[in-house]
Amino acid sequence: MSATRLILAVCEQRDGVLRKISHEVVTGARRIGETVEAVVCATGPVQGADQLGRFGADKVVTLSNAAFAKYNPEGYAQAIAERVRAGGYAAVVFAASATGKDLAPRVAAKLGVGLAADCTDIAAEGSTIVATRPVYAGKALLKVKVATKPAVLSLRPNVFTPVERPKTGAAETVAVTVVAGRVVVREIKAAETGALDVAEAQIVVSGGRGLKEPANFKVIEELARAFGGQAAVGASRAVVDAGWRAHADQVGQTGKTVSPTLYVAVGISGAIQHLAGMRTSKVIVAINKDKDAPIFKVADYGVVGDLFEIVPRLTEEIKKLHG
Amino acid sequence: MKIAVCIKRVPDSETRVKIASNGKSLDEAGVKFVLNPYDEFAVEEGLRRGEVTVVCLGPAAAQETIRTALAMGADRGVLLQTDAAPADGFVTAQALAAELQPGGWDLILFGKMAIDDYNQQVGPMVAELLGLPCVTAVAHLEIDGQKGVAEREIEGGIEVVEFPLPAVITADKGLNEPRYPALKGIMAAKKKPLEVKPVQLGAGTIEVVALTPPPERKEGKIVGEGPGAVPELVRLLREEAKVL
Repeated sequence: MSATRLILAVCEQRDGVLRKISHEVVTGARRIGETVEAVVCATGPVQGADQLGRFGADKVVTLSNAAFAKYNPEGYAQAIAERVRAGGYAAVVFAASATGKDLAPRVAAKLGVGLAADCTDIAAEGSTIVATRPVYAGKALLKVKVATKPAVLSLRPNVFTPVERPKTGAAETVAVTVVAGRVVVREIKAAETGALDVAEAQIVVSGGRGLKEPANFKVIEELARAFGGQAAVGASRAVVDAGWRAHADQVGQTGKTVSPTLYVAVGISGAIQHLAGMRTSKVIVAINKDKDAPIFKVADYGVVGDLFEIVPRLTEEIKKLHG
Repeated sequence: MKIAVCIKRVPDSETRVKIASNGKSLDEAGVKFVLNPYDEFAVEEGLRRGEVTVVCLGPAAAQETIRTALAMGADRGVLLQTDAAPADGFVTAQALAAELQPGGWDLILFGKMAIDDYNQQVGPMVAELLGLPCVTAVAHLEIDGQKGVAEREIEGGIEVVEFPLPAVITADKGLNEPRYPALKGIMAAKKKPLEVKPVQLGAGTIEVVALTPPPERKEGKIVGEGPGAVPELVRLLREEAKVL
């Protein structure tokens, strides 16, 4: 058995501010190693990076380059792969976020090692890293050993609940040189629906065909808003295919996989493709007029009846709590 | 434009998962296999932009999957034949990269992920192995000569990405509306060239320990009917589930 395992936790920033998902990455990294080095690519100091010690980072390293303001796939991959090669790391941990899903395979391929993506559990067994990942749309779990060193892993958002394990982490900024990237992020267009993404929200309120027409989604939006900025609006495939909502909102097999603390399914029957995207939610509430709808089989709490009567009432009650 | 589209044969999304007696893989008896839905977007995008070769790594039965892409309109197919599609993304990428290496492709397209193993890695790994620029999970694509602009969804926004050709692109839903193969296409597909090449896969980077059913969710309850049940629902969410 190796004495101590050193893990590299790849964190993320946007506009110079650390993304909260980084807390989950550090928490996950701590699960498989005694020493965690958090690393973030940026142009300079990252606001919030000093907080990573609270979640178990022994050291926080900023890899700085003038070209790292926005996501720079080739530059980030080069800088991280070089850091890993210089290091003796047992594993490299990413978030399975939009950036992590793009970046982790590049880094793994540069290093010539395996990647276990979108893990919901990771563990160290002796010197081997084992990972559990949902496959077949969440209808099965695949447990794998990563046979190469280092193991590269990405963690499903919202699964690795941040655990505070305070360390007095040292901070360090290292200027890195990378080749000019051919792939360049020119701009980020803000989504119309606000900054909270369904894949990362603590609460998701989703609507389906039971809403009857697109304008009725306002009852879903109002309920989401009642949660005071913690909730995002999701949608079933049926309503996305019908053009009522953007694909960014779609939860399910050909949309996003979500694991919020609370998932509220409104007027969604619960087709297997939808269940694939939300069955790992901690608590599921279903509101549907059909008491035999499959969604009630996975829901912790169900209310049967007319959503247009039930949802506004629920919105009112939630507002009271947050008022 | 000379385009390669890498596709995969996967169980249909409605499949009921039964685990094989080895405890490590899917029991394929009675399972219907289809062209991976995300790969349909890749094939469609290829068809709109040039001459398409589809490349598939998988068992002999994946010839059927290739025929589906040929029926959509692809020009030729290559099957890199193995006993089964490996769970190992890097090994898959190595085999595909070796096949694509001498190709002189303008564009190599993939689906952003396969709906069976959820690996989401083979496209960018192939790009890395071939030294090509790559944009993943693309929902909008414009190409003008040797320059491309792609849009990909990120949390709370859309990244607008510029890249030069040749490049590797992985397709997300929304990139286009894939066509259904017409009868004429299905007939024509039978005569299109499909080359079968046995391949030896490299040393594995991922070893399967077990495939298990997901934990059952505990039996839920119907709180009640109509808006009158809402106060009790909120009480349960606060006091029992402790999520409010």
